[in-house]
Amino acid sequence: MTIPLQHALYLSALLFCIGVVGVFLRRNVITVFMCIELMLNAVNLAFVAFSRALGSLDGQVLVFFVMTVAAAEAAVGLAIVIALHRHKDSLDLDAFNIMKW
Amino acid sequence: MRSVFDVIAQQPALVLPWIILLLPLLGFVVLCLFGDAIKRDEEDDGAGILATTVVLVSFGLAVWVFASLLAQSPANREGLRFVQPYLGFEWIEVGSFAISMSLLVDPLSALMMLVVTGVGGLIHIYSLGYMAHDEDRVRYFSYLNLFTFFMLLLILGGNLPLLFIGWEGVGLCSYLLIGFWFKKKSASDAGKKAFIVNRIGDAGLILGMALAWNAFGTLDTFELAEHAQNLAYEPIAQAGVVTAFCLLLFLGACGKSAQLPLHVWLPDAMEGPTPVSALIHAATMVTAGVYLVARMAPMFRLSEGALLAVAWVGAITALMAATIALVQTDIKRVLAYSTVSQLGYMFLACGIGAFGVGVFHVFTHAFFKALLFLGSGSVIHAMSGEQDMRKMGGLRAKIPVTFWTFVVGTATIAGIPYLAGYFSKDEILLNAVVRERMPLFWIGLFTAVLTAFYMSRLLFMTFFGTFRGGHDAEHHVHESPWTMLGPLVVLAGACFYVGTLPVDSFLGAAVRSPDQHHLEAPDWFTPTVWAAAFAGILGAFFMYVVYSGLPARIYAALRPLARVLEDKYGFDLAYDAFASKVVVDGSAGVLWKQVDASLIDGTVNGAGRFVDGVSRAARTLQTGVVRAYALVILGGAVALLGYLLWMR
Amino acid sequence: MAGLERLLQFVVSEVFLFYVFSLVAVASALGVVLQRNPIRSAFSLIVTLCSLSAIYGLLGSPFIAALQVIVYAGAIMVLFLFVLMLLNVRREEPSGGRATRSAAILLALVLAGQLGVALTGAGVTPAAGFDASTASFARVLFGVRFLYVFEATSILIVAALVGAVLVAKKEL
Repeated sequence: MTIPLQHALYLSALLFCIGVVGVFLRRNVITVFMCIELMLNAVNLAFVAFSRALGSLDGQVLVFFVMTVAAAEAAVGLAIVIALHRHKDSLDLDAFNIMKW
Repeated sequence: MRSVFDVIAQQPALVLPWIILLLPLLGFVVLCLFGDAIKRDEEDDGAGILATTVVLVSFGLAVWVFASLLAQSPANREGLRFVQPYLGFEWIEVGSFAISMSLLVDPLSALMMLVVTGVGGLIHIYSLGYMAHDEDRVRYFSYLNLFTFFMLLLILGGNLPLLFIGWEGVGLCSYLLIGFWFKKKSASDAGKKAFIVNRIGDAGLILGMALAWNAFGTLDTFELAEHAQNLAYEPIAQAGVVTAFCLLLFLGACGKSAQLPLHVWLPDAMEGPTPVSALIHAATMVTAGVYLVARMAPMFRLSEGALLAVAWVGAITALMAATIALVQTDIKRVLAYSTVSQLGYMFLACGIGAFGVGVFHVFTHAFFKALLFLGSGSVIHAMSGEQDMRKMGGLRAKIPVTFWTFVVGTATIAGIPYLAGYFSKDEILLNAVVRERMPLFWIGLFTAVLTAFYMSRLLFMTFFGTFRGGHDAEHHVHESPWTMLGPLVVLAGACFYVGTLPVDSFLGAAVRSPDQHHLEAPDWFTPTVWAAAFAGILGAFFMYVVYSGLPARIYAALRPLARVLEDKYGFDLAYDAFASKVVVDGSAGVLWKQVDASLIDGTVNGAGRFVDGVSRAARTLQTGVVRAYALVILGGAVALLGYLLWMR
Repeated sequence: MAGLERLLQFVVSEVFLFYVFSLVAVASALGVVLQRNPIRSAFSLIVTLCSLSAIYGLLGSPFIAALQVIVYAGAIMVLFLFVLMLLNVRREEPSGGRATRSAAILLALVLAGQLGVALTGAGVTPAAGFDASTASFARVLFGVRFLYVFEATSILIVAALVGAVLVAKKEL
């Protein structure tokens, strides 16, 4: 029996939504970041499932690239977090509110 | 390709009108550029002599042209037509619309040309003396030359647009010359008034031209006359158009010739130098309106309504102006209202179909009115600038030449038999009787009585009785120099002569009048007319020489009537009220405060304020809290997804 | 007997394992979101990643499965933990903004519903002969279509490297 595509996609959607909720619920910057990573993974899952369903390896290659970019993004993002912490000595997302007029 | 010289060699006469036309313009340009250089010192008058010479040369050439015109057989007197002159070009050529630079020399324009250059020349000579001590006389003479050019263009122009250029040009020169002493506020105001009132009339002329192009397809005066001739034989399908055209042109003529209700500028125009008043506001410019009507006589003859309007406006203006002249105390104002009145006579003549007679009156009027104005200028010169007749008196012994020429002029205008005015004015009245326009005749007759009266009044107040101006002025009274007296004498002589000229029949073909036959006057006519003239003169004699206290008593008795006359029937007041209340206050109160400040500024500022407000509100979206931004992104994604699903 | 056999067959089939692993993934994902301590959230995320890796393997992508563990769970999450410990993050309070919270949850639910509706029609039968070995993967990756992209990502990584170092430095 093969895994139905639909179920994999449902799982992907569910994980994605959990990630979304997490972004809004958590206060710590790094935790929010982790929830974003969760969302990325959900998308990866969707790609792999489609790759399997359509019989093409393009989906998996895309997953490869997503991972690469996620790694780069994580590195830079965490560097920024460190810089922010150094600046304000706080990791509360709501404390950084200067991105306005 | 024919060169200019070839053409001149073949038909030398063709180039003459152009030379006559352009010489004064050349004079103007030279005076503009080199005038101050020519006037070497304060006393020298090289500029004036140049200007005068130019005009006199033009006069000589005009006589030549006139003579050659006379030499032609009567059938061809329609005119030398100039199309595509040696300059060989059209002025404007846009698609099917073309206006050529052509002149028209026919009896009418040749006659007017003589008047303009001849009387103009005399006035130039007079100005040499009158303006001898004015420091701006270079400018004066340049304006006079420019005026001469424009007036000649008006007369000679072969199509309505060229005529219009001349028309506007003389209006411009009138403004410049009325406001010549522009540092005096009343003078510059008068200049503006003249120009503005003229403009109102010009609107009519422009509309008329547009109508002519639209309805008749041509603006050439000769072709318009032909067209009218053709229309006369067809059923009048275009009667309304022809009437409209004539009335529009007449509106322009009213503005230029100071007829009701656009007459208000002429009395004020007396602010200008007296020679200017003589030339522009007596002899030439104001007659341009009559000229236009006469030029378009074939068209006018087709329209009963237009003719009626012309005749009645002329008659009422003549009467009204004569009544106002009764109470004027400024010597020039009397003459100004007299001009308005005489112009009314000319329009009356045209209105009853006697166009040739109307132009005849223009011709004689040029001479005697110029004479009267120049004479008054001589009086003013003698009085060292005083113009109020109440301060004059008994001058006939002191300035005899002026006095006698003035007598001739007064007699002429009053209609003393065998002087010029008698022939032309009474010809008008005779035509009114013969054509059975009796109401017009009675108005004309009564106005003639008034004319004789107020002109005699002027004569008696100025030259008879005792001097009322004070001791110092009395010592200064002196006769004018010969440059001023010479033209007076020449004009006086003309008054005896010009009345006998057969102008009406000479003009016959030009104004397309049917064969002129000598009109039979009813038996009662001649005595009545003679009596009218003498009655006026005797009345004035009694009131101002014999019983000199009488005027004051009549004035006191008829106070209210006198007031009305002094207020000039309230025309100036009405216009002033209209201008200040409606135009100025309306502009300030409504257009400025409400439309501009509230509405337009409000809209513009309001738009700015609106944007400001909106952006102020929108600004609150940028809280800086990243989470809120993310929420909005999420919301947007949800909305988009929902929309896509709904579309599916 | 046949039923038990079938049950056993089912137990060791892909589908069953898939459900098991997906359950684990969801549970630990919830753990990421709901747990107080960030370190615990990080560990939960690692569990999620590993179960996802297993699912990749079940879906016939061994290379990606391995990559998931090596790169994501092994490198990225280690980085996260590193930073967490560096910054000495303690237990945190729930986030502020009640309105934001409720709105977010509501919107997330709506999103979930929409996605569910959207995905309902996505029934595609898998193709036969799906070869997902590393060799064929490499052939595609270094093939003409993705070669440039691949090289570009290496530049991206270099950029990220430099950027991260610069941003986090105390003094330039």
